[in-house]
Amino acid sequence: MSAIAVRIRKGKGMSLGLGLVAWLAGIVFFLPIAWMALTSFHSEEDAATNPPSFAAALTLDGYREFFGTDGGASPWPSLINSTVASVASTLFVLVLALPAAYALSIRPVKKWTDVLFFFLSTKMLPVVAGLLPIYLFAKNTDMLDNIWLLVILYTSMNLPIAVWMMQSFLSEVPVAVIEAARVDGARLPTILARVVAPIALPGIAATALICFIFSWNELLFARVLTGVVAETAPVFLTGFITSQGLFLAKVCAASLVISLPVLAAGFAAQDKLVQGLSLGAVK
Amino acid sequence: MTATTTAPVAAPPVRAEKRPSDRLRNWATRAPLLPALIFMIVVTQLPFVATLVISFFDWNSLYPDAREFTGFANYSDVLTDPDLRRSVGTTVLLTVAVVGASLILGLVLALLLDRKFKGRGVVRTLLIAPFLIVPVAAALLWKHVLYNPEYGLFNGLLHYVGGPEPDWISNTPLLAVEAALVWQWTPFMMLILLAGLQSRDQQQMEAARVDGASNWQIFRYLTLPHLRRYLELGALLGSIYIVQNFDAVFTITSGGLGTANLPYTVYQSFYQAHENGLASAAGVLVVIGSIIIATFALRVVSSLFREEVSRA
Repeated sequence: MSAIAVRIRKGKGMSLGLGLVAWLAGIVFFLPIAWMALTSFHSEEDAATNPPSFAAALTLDGYREFFGTDGGASPWPSLINSTVASVASTLFVLVLALPAAYALSIRPVKKWTDVLFFFLSTKMLPVVAGLLPIYLFAKNTDMLDNIWLLVILYTSMNLPIAVWMMQSFLSEVPVAVIEAARVDGARLPTILARVVAPIALPGIAATALICFIFSWNELLFARVLTGVVAETAPVFLTGFITSQGLFLAKVCAASLVISLPVLAAGFAAQDKLVQGLSLGAVK
Repeated sequence: MTATTTAPVAAPPVRAEKRPSDRLRNWATRAPLLPALIFMIVVTQLPFVATLVISFFDWNSLYPDAREFTGFANYSDVLTDPDLRRSVGTTVLLTVAVVGASLILGLVLALLLDRKFKGRGVVRTLLIAPFLIVPVAAALLWKHVLYNPEYGLFNGLLHYVGGPEPDWISNTPLLAVEAALVWQWTPFMMLILLAGLQSRDQQQMEAARVDGASNWQIFRYLTLPHLRRYLELGALLGSIYIVQNFDAVFTITSGGLGTANLPYTVYQSFYQAHENGLASAAGVLVVIGSIIIATFALRVVSSLFREEVSRA
């Protein structure tokens, strides 16, 4: 009796301790981001002190500096370019992936697993391997520094992920329900809109968010294939690689603003994030 | 379209039949797949074939007239060039270190998060956040805000302790890149392993506990074998992403101080040195390396996938 009580008490203390360790780990991992956020609201002088000024006065100067209100390059064109590239490529991905996923799950073609694995294998081909011919092609067809070239490339980058994710979401739609709707005389468009969509929609939304994140983050293609006109937000950030006097608050403001869409999309898709990142292998 | 609507749903795979109506129906089933398939072949496979072809030419884009077929000369150049050889070594080192460290940390965090405690959702969110910072921004954060020898946070904190305040990036350049990447990739490993932990057979674990198995025995003989495939999957997917890493190397060290990995070297050899043939040969070598990893990755994914399909 007392032995069990001791064991339970010991277990409780241990459990509390491990909970604290988990909290500590979470805080350690989040600390750099918290510090980045705090620094972005400091003046440049307070941002560059040693020891760090934790309680310095807060100001929006870093953000003003970043948005170029006091002169300097404005980030808006690059933010708009990134938005166009990410949103347009995500839409293209959905248009191509939805029918494909349909043909791989609800009405599967023969050898559908082989097709699925072909899509996956293209994702494992390193980007650098195809970069040069794409660069040469773009140069010869005057497509360099054109945002639509990035849209096409980002579509190909995300299509395999989308096909895999949506295949797994669409296969969750019970065949019996579709069969019943058909027996009741529903035609394909009706079945898709009234039966398939409601079940698969949360998954499709998560897929879209994950494709958006990958496109928004991409640097190598954007760096090589864009210049002044089609520059994206990550390329804009590379301007901060070499230090330029006091600029920490500005760097932090820039990094945070440019990461905000990804943070928002990522937290919105949190539950399906694993499934997307593991290409649908883990649910 | 009408052919599609009249065909039975989820027709079991039938053997190819010769009647024209069947053939038509087969094509109708395939039709929705074709745009995506053709798009992928054109955009991802053709450039690779072109890379393969270019890799057999001596071709510097500054001297376009001097282009000529050289067979495997570029490959022997790549394999004997000390810089490129070093970048192969760097790539391997970087990938193994980052994947290994983030996998171990991810496992510890996943085990911590698999238990019930107050604020578990909040901690989970805090832990995922590093993965949701744009990679270039994360690299800038580490380079300027954390590592800076004069006013970076690390040395600022060391100041309180009175420890030495090293120049992190100059002293340990590769480790500096690795630490930043581990910070970003640990959440990814944690998420995969957490999914693995939560798919364990609860009844089996309960039975083991009733039979008097200790926590360690349950971990060693039930959890770890179950997690094996999730660990493999994390390692392989992580490798595929880290082998291709460009952002961190480009931002933190600009490939200097012996941190240039293969993607960075390929980028540099054609973007700055205009050596198209050499760059392509190096690119093909990256692909060969990736195919070796990918073969294992595909096997693991397909075994998990078959399990899912049979369970459904």
